[in-house]
Parts: sequence; structure tokens; C-alpha cells
Amino acid sequence: MDWTELGPSFALAVGQTLYMTSISLVIGGLLGLALGVALYVTRPRNLWPNRAVAAVLNVLVNVVRPIPFIIFVTAIQPVAIAIAGKSYGPNYAIVAMSAMATFGTSRIVEQNLVALDPGVVEAARAMGAGRLRTILTVVIPEALGPLILGYTFVFVAVVDMSAVVGVVAAGGLGEFALVYGYQRYNYAVTWIAVAAIVLIVQLAQLLGSTLARRVLRR
Amino acid sequence: MVELRDVTKDFVDGPRTVRAVDGVSLDVERGEVFGVIGSSGAGKSTLVRLVNALERPTSGSVAVGGTTISDLPERRLQPVRAGIGFIFQQFNLLSSRSVAGNVAYPLAVAGWPKDRRRARVAELLDFVGLTDKADRRPGELSGGQKQRVGIARALATSPALLLADEATSALDPETTKDVLDLLRRANEELGVTIVLITHEMSVVSYLAHRVAVMDAGALVELGDVYDIFASPRRPITRRFIATALHDRPRPDALERLRSRHAGRIVTVAVAEGRASTTYLADRWLAHGLRAEIVFGGVTEVAAKPLGSLTFELVGEGRAVEAAIADVRSRTEVVDHGTAADPKDGDL
Repeated sequence: MDWTELGPSFALAVGQTLYMTSISLVIGGLLGLALGVALYVTRPRNLWPNRAVAAVLNVLVNVVRPIPFIIFVTAIQPVAIAIAGKSYGPNYAIVAMSAMATFGTSRIVEQNLVALDPGVVEAARAMGAGRLRTILTVVIPEALGPLILGYTFVFVAVVDMSAVVGVVAAGGLGEFALVYGYQRYNYAVTWIAVAAIVLIVQLAQLLGSTLARRVLRR
Repeated sequence: MVELRDVTKDFVDGPRTVRAVDGVSLDVERGEVFGVIGSSGAGKSTLVRLVNALERPTSGSVAVGGTTISDLPERRLQPVRAGIGFIFQQFNLLSSRSVAGNVAYPLAVAGWPKDRRRARVAELLDFVGLTDKADRRPGELSGGQKQRVGIARALATSPALLLADEATSALDPETTKDVLDLLRRANEELGVTIVLITHEMSVVSYLAHRVAVMDAGALVELGDVYDIFASPRRPITRRFIATALHDRPRPDALERLRSRHAGRIVTVAVAEGRASTTYLADRWLAHGLRAEIVFGGVTEVAAKPLGSLTFELVGEGRAVEAAIADVRSRTEVVDHGTAADPKDGDL
């Protein structure tokens, strides 16, 4: 193993993984939050009960979520090229990753909000809070602890996606492991990539758990 | 203050339609404590949610402070709700905010500036006696303290109307009294009109001026608390009163009374303007009877004496009959007979 050759590639790959993961998490996390809140409020007897909208959103989420990510990446290639301007590299991969993260996050957000005591929502409404204010100042803050844990879970899933996109030449630790490890029969290199990903996930989990504990203890 | 006119509320649950409130009409006067009592499922929680438009009536009209709210659009309802305090059985405090933050929330909704909010929160926490808990989280408080925060929050915007939905049902008896005393102070010192939803008649007798009895969504009896306690018309009302007073012997106790005492057993209602204990003692004496109190008690309802006493009357048979007829002309008398000749006078 020649680290004078591999070293710069490895550093670049780590940087690309962190870049793809964090951007996708921010975009998918925000869109997923909006979609998850929409799934929550349109449920029967909730803040904006709407059977038609709820049905459309549910079908959309249920259609997209089960698509294996490796197929999804190739299936939405035209969209990704239109947005990123090229058919390779981290920005190209971020389109598919953000989209899939949006749908994944939406269910996790919805589940955590449904678990919320409806009494506090009713209390906010009884105090004259509008529906949007109720969502922003009561629903989300009251569910913040579980939401942080949910987002930590999403982060790990997005790291996984960032490795899968190695097959479409997006860069990152996935492509590094494929090109320098798998294709050169060099297990040591593959395991170095694995170790790097494990480290990233561990740090994210530690951060998420600590934050959630701090929020929940209040 | 509150006017309900023929209000009905149906809930559609799949193929079934459940009528939670069935043609209720009532008026709550400004400044009074109005109790609504009923068993669970009688529709009283739905009724109170119609008053602040958390629910809309299926038919009929709801007016608060002279404004008909049952046909207002959602946006116009927000200021109406903000002007009505609401206290919940399960407190429903925001766990993401401190005690002070909870009390400040309705003020923020009403658009108060920060410095005025702080002063008002201090005032309210002083009123409910929780100044030292301002920075605590609701999770650190006892049930009674949580409800006091709930009351402070409900009173924050100085509402003229306060709705209390089973406000003491999750509390132990001691804490219940503290919370009821606090509600009474809100009514007497601040002049807040209170609608009090409960399934406990003792809460009604302690605090309310008038009471409405609900059964299966309908209003079956309404009147001054003392009058309802002194002369209930419906069996369901009698059952609620019995849970609060415990002043009449139940069948098994009656059995024991008859076997222990040879004389005639009668239960006499004691109420202001009808029969006092002195009056009864005089009557028994006038008919030449020896009377012993064997069961019962007199308590205060709405600050007036009320209860019933069960006597063993010993004397000549005709004198006993005459005495019973005499007293019966003034108040309710239930004749239980004797062990040898029991009468089925149970209520």
C-alpha cells in the first residue's frame, strides 16, 4: 500500500463524504420536516384535517421509500443532471440523496409528532394560538428530543447513501473503497474506508444522543 | 356571559354517529360559578369545548359575551379563545418551557411586549403561590403545583371567563381543596366567571352557585346548587348527591339499624327554611316521643346547612304516625318502618 499515492485520494474522499452527507442532511432534513409535518397535520381530527391531501402525500411517500437507493440514483439521473449540470461528482449525487432523505425523514418526523400528547396541542389552540404558531412553538419544540434522535438515525442512513453513490462516480469513501480496494483486490484499503465511515457514524451518534439527552432532561 | 341555544354535537366515527351533546340550552351569568356535572361520557367535556369553539356545534348556537361564536371562521375564533381561560384535567403544560415560560405563552400569543409579560408572569405566580418555582420545568412539580401553573396560565390574559374541565380529577383530596380555593379566589377577587366541569358533586357543593346535571348528552336538571341538593328531582341527581353527602343509610346499614333499634326508623331531610334540628327535637317532644339520632349528618352546601338525620322514634303507635305526618308537612320524611314491619323507603 502506497500512502503517498493513496493519502490525498483518501483525504479527498473523506471530505466528499462529509460534504455530500451534510448537504443532503440539511436539504432532505428540512424538506422532510415540512413533509412530515404535513403528514401529521392532515391526519383526521388534527390541525388541518384533509383526507385528500393526506392520501396523496401517503401514496407519494410509500411509492418512493421502498425503491432501493442504488436503483433510485440511476432512475432519477435526468433530474440530477438537470440540477447538477453533470453526471458525476458529489453535487450530482446530492440530488438523489436529498430526495431519498426527504421521504425517509418525513415518516420519522410524522411518527415522532403522532406520539406527542394531543393535550398540549389543544392547550395551545385554547390559548388562541393559530395553527402555524402551534406547529412552530408547541408541536416541534415539544417533540424536539425524539426528533433529534430521529435525525441522528437519518444521518446514518445518509452516510450509507453517500457510499452507495460511489458506483455512479460520485466520489467519497464509497468510490474510494471500490476503486482502490475492491478493484485492486486490496482489502486493507477497503477496511480503512470502513473504519473511516464507522468513525463518522460513531461521532454523529454521540453528538445526537448527547443533544437529545440534554433536551429530554429539561 | 355564555348562551347556549339548542346546541347539538354529533361525532361521526366510521359508520356510526355519536350524539355527544343533545339539544342543550343554558345561560351562564356574569360573575357566577356554574357547575356542570355528569358521569364520564355524558358529554360535558364536549359541551365545554363548544363554549371556546375548540369544537363547533352540529346545530344550535353558542354565544360568549354577546358574540355568537358558533358561525365565526377559524381566524376570528383565535382572539375569542385567547379571551377565555381553559384549565385541563391533565394540566397540558408545555414540557419544553419553564413554569414562567408556560404562564408567558398566552401573553406572547396575545402580542404582549416582553417587559410587560415578565411583570404579569411575576404577578400571576404570586397569585398562585409559585414564585419560587418560576424557573423549574413542569416535570419537576407535583400534580397540585402543575394545576396551579395551569390556573396561572389560564388567568394570564385576564379573561372574563374561565373553563375548568375536571380540573381536580387527577389530584388527591388535599390538593383538590387547594386548587378549588384558588378557583374561588379567582372568582371572588378577580370577578372571573367560571364554568366548572366535574363528575364530583363535592366539587360542585364546595364552589358552584348553580349546577346543570348532564346525562347522555342532555341537560336533565338545572338550578341553584342548594336547591338541587335540597330537592333533587332526577334519580341520577340523587345518586350524585349521595356520593357527596353520605348522609342517608344504604340498605345494608338500614338492615343493621333496624335490628339494633326496636323503635320506628325514619330519615328526615334537614334544610334551611324547612326543618332544623331544633324544630325536629321540638316536634318529637310535642308528640310525646323519645327520639334518638342513629345515623346521618348536617353539612354545609353553598354556605347553608343541609343534610339528613335518621331517628329511632319510640312511643305509642298513633303518636308516631301523627309525628311523622306533622314533620312531613314541612320536609321530606322517609319511613323505614321497624324490624318487624320494614318499609321500603329507600331512595
